[in-house]
Amino acid sequence: MSTVLDLFTIVTVSSGVLFFLAGVVGLLRFPDALTRLHALTKADNVGLGLIVAGLLPQAGSVLAGLKLLLVWLTVLLAGATVGQLIARVARRAEPRP
Amino acid sequence: MNAFLMAAAGAVLITVVVGLVRILRGPGDADRVMAAQLLGTGGVAALLLAGIARGRPATLDVALTLAVLAAFVSIAFVKGAALAQDAAAPPGGDA
Repeated sequence: MSTVLDLFTIVTVSSGVLFFLAGVVGLLRFPDALTRLHALTKADNVGLGLIVAGLLPQAGSVLAGLKLLLVWLTVLLAGATVGQLIARVARRAEPRP
Repeated sequence: MNAFLMAAAGAVLITVVVGLVRILRGPGDADRVMAAQLLGTGGVAALLLAGIARGRPATLDVALTLAVLAAFVSIAFVKGAALAQDAAAPPGGDA
């Protein structure tokens, strides 16, 4: 059982790191601010979500597990709010097509 | 397992630091804030990984604090940008 959980952790955390990598590549390579924001929010939400999911079997206690989920929910809420706000600023700053 | 988690934390940190190149290149202020926000989220992820790997539950509290503070950075930027835009374009103009 422990081996299965360890395997789950390795696969999920690796996927999370991959999402962070993809987010950074998108942030550096995408052509304008809104597409870069799109890449960034995926790294924020899915990347951290996968890492938290992978860490849950290793947390050791229920409290630590709940705290991990709380961190993820906080980042989700902040990411959703801030994504909208930054998009508004970026849209005003760019010239109309 | 712990070594793997620490390696993952290092990988996330290196990745996010590479993303800071966007702060140098810009071009807009929004792009720079996005890189800073990614640094915040990446820092949270690295703290969680390191905290679990080292068995230090207090690190999770640090990660939670960083998550909240990283959100405040972007909100302060948006408020500042709105103030600057109001100052540049007085009300009544073509907004």
